Amino acid sequence: MPKLDKRSADILVWILLLSAPFWLVAVGGYVELGTRVLIYALAAMALNFLLGYTGVLSFGHAAYFGLGGYGTAMTIKFLYPSTPLAMLVGVIVGTAAAAIVGPLIARLRGVYFAMCTIAFGQVFYYISFQWSSVTGGDDGLSAWQRQPIHFGFATLDILNSNKAFYYFVLAVFAASVGLMAFLLRSPFGRTLLAIRENERRARFLGIPVDGHIWMSWVISCFFVSIAGCLYALMSDFIDPRAIRWDQSGNFVIMAVLGGMRSFWGPLIGAAIFLVLQDYISSHTENWMSFIGLFFVLTVLFFPRGVLGIIRRKAIS
Amino acid sequence: MTQLIIFNIFNGLIIGAFYAMMALGLSLILNLSGVINFAHGGFLAIGGYLAYTLIPYLGFWGALIVAPFLVAFIGIAVERVLIRRLYGRDPLYSLLLTFGLAFMIEDGTRFIWGAQSLPYQIPTWLSSPLSTQFFFLTGYRLFMVLLVTAVVAALFLILNYTRLGIRIRAGTLDLETVSVLGVNTRVLRNLNFGLGIYLAGLAGVLASGMLGLQPTVGDNLIMPSFIAIIVGGLGSLPGTLAGGVLIGVASGITTVFFPSASEAVIYVMMAGVLIVRPRGIFGEEGRF
Repeated sequence: MPKLDKRSADILVWILLLSAPFWLVAVGGYVELGTRVLIYALAAMALNFLLGYTGVLSFGHAAYFGLGGYGTAMTIKFLYPSTPLAMLVGVIVGTAAAAIVGPLIARLRGVYFAMCTIAFGQVFYYISFQWSSVTGGDDGLSAWQRQPIHFGFATLDILNSNKAFYYFVLAVFAASVGLMAFLLRSPFGRTLLAIRENERRARFLGIPVDGHIWMSWVISCFFVSIAGCLYALMSDFIDPRAIRWDQSGNFVIMAVLGGMRSFWGPLIGAAIFLVLQDYISSHTENWMSFIGLFFVLTVLFFPRGVLGIIRRKAIS
Repeated sequence: MTQLIIFNIFNGLIIGAFYAMMALGLSLILNLSGVINFAHGGFLAIGGYLAYTLIPYLGFWGALIVAPFLVAFIGIAVERVLIRRLYGRDPLYSLLLTFGLAFMIEDGTRFIWGAQSLPYQIPTWLSSPLSTQFFFLTGYRLFMVLLVTAVVAALFLILNYTRLGIRIRAGTLDLETVSVLGVNTRVLRNLNFGLGIYLAGLAGVLASGMLGLQPTVGDNLIMPSFIAIIVGGLGSLPGTLAGGVLIGVASGITTVFFPSASEAVIYVMMAGVLIVRPRGIFGEEGRF
């Protein structure tokens, strides 16, 4: 296997993503699948900011994903039909909710942190499920559409053109991922790594660990709510299932499957997971069993993820 | 009005007893093995369905006794084959594994017994109200409360007075020392897992008599059980018991005044506990 340095790997990823609408159909896929992979990849990479780079296990990210989606859907449906405004509202709602929940859980660690994030995630699930006069309850919010984006000099018709929407999502993805990489390379990001490697030592160095974990949590939820906005826009629909705990589990398994310790890992995990889910659910009614089995097998045989294994092979 | 309040408090007590029984099983496994068993709700559903299948052969009482043990055996087998491999690894992995198991169990029960809700027969003398004034107090509900109380009491007797129970409690505090003292901790964790799953199975049999049977029957019970553990305090079984009963009764009382918030109130309680006392009411300092 030829050795792939970091820069050429980055370039390869971007070339593949930029040309995806052209080769996806040729290999038997469809453009929407590529869009979905990008959206879930953003969510899984956002989760990995916390999971892989801060070492904190969150199992409740679907809540902020869903809140972003509901914020977007409700803005377009009830307030004003504008895609950028709707996304802004969605991101603010998701991030604000995370910022409020954050102080309650930033002191907790390990299993306890995971349990509390699951439980808090369910709060938003119940709200979206119960408050049906506003959220549509179990039926979700439909009868609204994403709106074409006007730049003044040109209009991007993301509503009617699949490819336009794909490139819109890719642009948002690129901006988010670029910001994420920048944050990870900053002193703040390095501090997070220090906390992951040895929390006690970080504390002795005078780093306010709880504050950093709270910040990392909020940043991670900020990115996941962006993904949630795009998710709602993709299907012109949002329902409580976007918030449920199984969605959080999907994000975690994508991150683990791709490789938690690598930047692009969750993208690969999301691609494998979604292609497999797409294939299985079109062939059998019992796709849940296969997805469950897939979780079990991943945990037992690929705990380091695809990129982790490749890296190991490269070293040895 | 008073009758309504009494009714809802009693209802909350029953629900709380379920939460507590689920949460005790979860807590046992979590304390000794550090595994959050997401598939607990699935094992509960298996308990209910097995009892349903056994009733024609064994009758109501036979099924009530046999089904939880069968579920416990399934749990022991699952621990041996799958979960045991993940001890000592990041808790992330056991969580994902049980997560996948939960999917498989839910789909499996749907495949075997069908997606539609099944009626669960209880003896007629148990299902009739005990008095006309307190119409809600059917024999079955009273019987459930008594049985759960007896089982929980038995559990604490086992934990306090039998060799197995003392070893489980010791292992919760320091598994390494227990192992050095010559106890086979693999067997200990295995049996402990079985004990936890037994409680889930029994809860499943009892719950299906009240709620009917669906593949997702455990879903509505598992989240409150988590909260019971968080409110009561991680690492403390009496705390878990208290937490379960507390949130059950609290949601029962809320039903009287503001029905749509009956689910929300337990999350509010959790938030309150995390603000005031992050380790939970009876939790130990510095355990997690």
